[in-house]
Formats: sequence, C-alpha cells, structure tokens
Amino acid sequence: MDPVTLARFQFGLTIIFHYLYPPVSIGMAWLITYMAWRAWKGDKVYDEMTRFWVKILAMVFAVGVATGITMEFQFGTNWSTYSRFVGDIFGSPLAAEGVFAFFMESSFIGVLILGRNKVSKGFYAFSAFMVALGSTLSAFWIIVANSWQQTPTAYEVVDGVARLTNFWAAVFNPSTLPRFFHTICGALLTGSFFIAGAGAWYLLQERHVEFARRSLQVGVTAGAIFSLLILGVGHIHAVQVYETQPAKMAAYEALFETQDGAAMILWGFPDVEKQKVYLNIAVPKLLSLLIHFDPNSTITGLDQFPREEWPPISAAFYPYHLMTGLGFFFIALTWWGLLMGQKREKNQLFLKVMVYSSWLPLLTMNLGWVAAEFGRQPWVVYGELKTADAVSVVVPAWQVLLTIILFVGIYSLLLGLLLFLLKRELDEGPKEVTA
Amino acid sequence: MSHEFLQNVWYLLIGVLLTGYAILDGFDLGVGVLYPFIAKTDKERRTLLNAIGPFWDGNEVWLLTGGGALFAAFPHVYATVFSGFYLALMLVLFALIVRAVSFEFRSKVESERWRNAWDWAFFVTSLLPALLTGVAVGNVIRGVPLDAQMEFTGNFFTLLNPFSLLVGLTGLAMFVTHGAVYVLLKTNGQLAERARRLAVKWWTTWVVLAVLTSIVAAFDAPARFAGKSPVVWLLPLLTLVFLALTRVNLNQDKHGPAFLFSALSIAGMMAVFGAGNYPYLLPARNVPEYGLTIFNASASQNTLTAMLVIALIGVPIVLVYTAYIYHVFRGKVQVEEGGY
Repeated sequence: MDPVTLARFQFGLTIIFHYLYPPVSIGMAWLITYMAWRAWKGDKVYDEMTRFWVKILAMVFAVGVATGITMEFQFGTNWSTYSRFVGDIFGSPLAAEGVFAFFMESSFIGVLILGRNKVSKGFYAFSAFMVALGSTLSAFWIIVANSWQQTPTAYEVVDGVARLTNFWAAVFNPSTLPRFFHTICGALLTGSFFIAGAGAWYLLQERHVEFARRSLQVGVTAGAIFSLLILGVGHIHAVQVYETQPAKMAAYEALFETQDGAAMILWGFPDVEKQKVYLNIAVPKLLSLLIHFDPNSTITGLDQFPREEWPPISAAFYPYHLMTGLGFFFIALTWWGLLMGQKREKNQLFLKVMVYSSWLPLLTMNLGWVAAEFGRQPWVVYGELKTADAVSVVVPAWQVLLTIILFVGIYSLLLGLLLFLLKRELDEGPKEVTA
Repeated sequence: MSHEFLQNVWYLLIGVLLTGYAILDGFDLGVGVLYPFIAKTDKERRTLLNAIGPFWDGNEVWLLTGGGALFAAFPHVYATVFSGFYLALMLVLFALIVRAVSFEFRSKVESERWRNAWDWAFFVTSLLPALLTGVAVGNVIRGVPLDAQMEFTGNFFTLLNPFSLLVGLTGLAMFVTHGAVYVLLKTNGQLAERARRLAVKWWTTWVVLAVLTSIVAAFDAPARFAGKSPVVWLLPLLTLVFLALTRVNLNQDKHGPAFLFSALSIAGMMAVFGAGNYPYLLPARNVPEYGLTIFNASASQNTLTAMLVIALIGVPIVLVYTAYIYHVFRGKVQVEEGGY
C-alpha cells in the first residue's frame, strides 16, 4: 500500500479519536468552574454537581491526555519531511503549548481529582479555573500551529525549508483568531449539551431531581449563549476562509464556476465529473451577500484553480453542510429550552430530544475539523508544500500498517471502556442533595 | 544574541527538560515497576497509586514539552530520531497511552479481575518506557547510521545493540531506585519496609551498571571521550559523590535527603551524557560528518530567540505552581474517598 495514504489514514484516525475528548474537557471545565464558584459561595447543590462532574471530567481528561501523547510525536514519526520543512515555525507553538498549557492543566487536574479535602473551596474553584484556562490555552497554541498550515504567514523559504521572519505575525496569522473562537465556542457548546443531556435524562427518570434541574438549567443557558455566538464567529471565519483560501470555500459550497450573485446551497449532491450539484436546495444570491455584503458580488469558483489543486469536493462539502445545519438545530433546541423556563423540566418531548442530542455538538466539532482539513488538501502547508511530499522517507509502509492496526485496537478498547465507565457513573448518579 | 550562543543555550535547555523528565517521571515510572513487588494488598496498591496520582501527569508533561522544544529548536533531530526509531518510539507511545488511563480506570470498578488486569497494565506500561528511554539514550551516545540527507539508514534491530541495552538496564535501575526512595518518603509500615530493602538492592545495581556502562562506552563510543576538557571529568566524579550520599542517607533513614541526592545523581548522569555528546545531538556511526549537531540541525536565530522568550516567561510560572502542587500533596499519603 501507498505510504502516503497509510500515513494520512493514521493521522486522520488518531486525530479524530483524540478530538473526541478535548472539546468535552474544555467545555466541561469552564462549566465546572462556574459550579465550583457557586459551591464556594455556599450552594450545596452546586457543590455536589462539582463533585459529580469532576469525576466525569477526570475520565474524559485521562483519555484525552493518553491520545494526545501520540499527536506530539506523530509529526516526527510519520511526517518527518514536513517536520524538517516547517520545524522553524511549527515547533514553537507545540513547545509553547507544553510550557503554557499542559503543565497548567495537568497540575491542577490533580487538585480537582485528589484535592477535594486538601484545599479550601475557594482554591478548589481556582483550580477548576486553571484547568479550564490551561485546556483553552492548549487549544489556542495547537490552533496557532494548524492555522499556520492553513494560512502560512511571516516566513521565507531558504534552502528548501521555511524560515520564520516574525514570530507574532506567524502566531496571529489570518486564520488563528477566527478558528480559535469558533473552536472554543464549539467546545463550550459540547460541554453544555452533555451536562444538559444528563440533567434531562435524570428528569425523565425522575431521579436526582434537584441536581438534574440545575444541570439542565446550566447546560441550556450556556448552550443558548454559545450556539448563537458560534453562528456569528462562524460567519466571520467563513469570510476569512474565502479571502485566504478561496479554493476551500469553493469546495465547501461546490461552486464550480465563478459567478456574480452566487446562491448558497443548503443541501445537495455535488457531482465532480459533471461539475453539477443535484437536488440542490439553494437560497439565491445569499453566498454573495454573506461574503461581500452585496447580493450581486462575484464569488470565485473552482474554475480559477487547476484541477489537481482542488480539494476533494465531497469530503469538504458534506461535513461542512452537516456542520452548518446542525449549528442551526442547536440554536433552535437550546432557545426552545431557554424560553420555556421551568416548564422545560416537565416537557417530555424536549427532554427526550435533549438526551438524544447530547452527543451531536461533539460530532459537529469533528465534522468541522474534517471539513477544515480536507478543504486544505492537496496542501499540507497551503500553497507551499503538498501532503504527498511531506511523509517520512525512512518508515516502511508495513510498519505504518502495523501501528494503524494497533491504534485501532487500543483506541477502540479505550473508547469502549470509557463509555462503559461513563454509563456506570451516570447510572450510579450524584448523591442526593436538596437546595 | 548570536545564533551560536542560542544554539548552545537550547542544547542546555533541552537537556534541562529531559533531566526534569528523568527525575520527575523517573520516580513514578520506578514506582510502576516496583508496584507488583512491594504492594501486596489492594489497599497498598491504592496507596502507591495515590502517592503518584497528583503528579504523574505533570511529570509526563516534561517529556511532551521536551518533544515540542526539540521540534522547535532542532527540527532535524526531531524528524530523524522519531522517524528513524519509528517502531521503538511507537512502542513507548502505546505504553504511555495505556498507562495514562490505567490510573483513572482501575479505581472505578471494584472487581478483582478488573483491578488485576489494570495492575498488570500499569506494571508493563511503566516498565517499557523505563527500559526503552535508556535504550534510546544508548543509541544517541553510540551513534546511529545516517546518510547525507540526515536520514536514519538502520532498522529496528540496529537499535538493539548490546551497549544500548546496557544503558537501558542502567536507566531502569536508576528509575527503580529513585522510585523506591520516593515510596519510602510517602508511605509507612510494611510498604515502606519493602521499599527500603529494594532501594538498597537497586542502588547497588545502579552503581555497578553505571560504572560498567562508562567502561563499555570507552570502547564502543570512544569519540564521546575524545578532546574533552579536564573540567568535564568532574561531572562523573560528582555523580559518584551524589550516589554515595544517596546510600548514606538511605542507611540513616533520612528519606528526604536520600531522595534529593537520588535526584541529583540522575541530573549528574544526564550531565555526563550531555557533556559527552556535545555538540552532537545525534552522532553518525558510519560517517562522523553526517552527525546532527547543534549547528547543522537547529532552527533559525529568530525562532531560537522567540523560544527563549517563551521559556523565560513560562518556566518560572510552571515552577511556582508545580512547587505549590507538591506542597499541597506533601507528607505521607492517605487513601481517601474519591481517590484512586
């Protein structure tokens, strides 16, 4: 088998598997910080909520750490040509992530897990804040690194390798901030939905009612805020993608021809050979309006790019459209819940939809990343280095195949065990508390 | 600051990060290797897990940050070593992955079979990194075959040479001794008594192997000794003094100082390794000129400067809260509700 395909498959596998956990940890850590702060102010229900959700966070965090170790080294093991090319720029955010984020989150998660009886409630809340801050900083630095691949800035190519010309300009390259805020809003939405979903589940069973009401309230409120914020941030991000990576936006929208007053496709089935989109439902002129704030403006299509530089259209189009559609669903669901007020606690339909939807933001996060990364293809560093030219030259294909098999085995086992343990923990539930 | 100065500074800083890793993760890996031999009951096992529970994750971050810093400061070394040592490194990664969850998962189910399975997993996944990091260091001392494009030209079995395996065993003895002293520091009763006996035995093994490694190195990697200033010879002497003081304090049951000197002995060994290899990060065994040095494998002056600023801002903050966390969890360990 082709070593490039194998290395890409392994990277996709390990990153998607890793990316199941950090969004949950980041979102939950911020919500736990809020709970721990309310507990510090003397609220008994929030105190029990803190204890319970820390147990869940601890497990998710552990698997996140475990699967994250792979990522730190995989650039070297499987993408050594890439590593030599970008090392001067790409390595520093990884090191900064270690220094500014990993130490912080790993030190204070210890206090959360084992220090409940050793530190004051105030310091406990502070520790939760430090875990949340550390995991968010971690997201920042890794997004810096990935954004530089998407929109490389502040470098020159000398002797076949990229040389940094300005550190801060590379850190704040055009896509860093839109992507960072987009991702963090998504993580908060992910955390909110799990907490709201668990609350709804207990309410349906009429167990742990006080705990469940509060969890639902915290989850729905935060969900309503962040689902709306993500719409705004997502828009800014999409405009930035069009400006910096027009081929990627054209692939997202399956826009084969450059046109004035381009429509926005809500759904459809793109056919790359015939360059058409079947069964499409589209809003006329909306794409032009959203990107240039002018319904008749010109939008660059795929025809402006050589065929071999097109991203894989389906792999960009479907995840992007699913992500966007789900985003609107999250707004509808959380605002429905928010506007119902206390009545939501008795609304069986709402509670059921909430339970079944609790994992959907996490799926959406992954769809977003799949779209972002396929949309960058065939480049590993946009416009500079192709993915096909970036793999390790000395690693034989059979070794990559062997590690893929082992990753699949170990990671499936980890996921299975984690789900089993989370289910047990949820079944056992929190201790009974009354307000 | 000149490029050359920065390259030297970063050689030193990578050394500091890896030494931090060896000392800190060293004790928790060591505890993992000792685990089945000194903890006989579930309570004793949980005591050991709780003794390292608040720290192991932070300790491992020294390795991750070392990896990131190596990537940033010496990208060619990161690329050559990790692609060249592919299978060996993956083996360590798989071990670290399983080890990371074994702490958290073990305590969640009160079944003997479940806990036995995780006990085994924890032991094996502590043993592998404790042994293989030394094997990697052995190869870095001895040199590996490289080509003119800085690529590794050997295979998995190139790495399993007798000298490197000897260094691996030395490293294992070092981690186990250090871990045993840590157990002494954190526990009481029978657990501490078993740890004390093993600390003494493994200390002897460590010293014998360290001396043996140095002798074999003189024959197998003579280039590491050539042209060194006499001052460098003070480092192994100092290390021997630290080792002796570790033993002296162990005999007098002064566990705090014993742990300190055990940590200093590790730092001393790392210093000997760093001084011997300078300026090579990865020597070439076939053609010396192909070796990766701090000069031909480094990042640009811009990057090294930016990274130094990051280190100068970040590291003091890290040290403050790391010290604070060790302070919060000081003293003998108790098994509590909510713990492992």
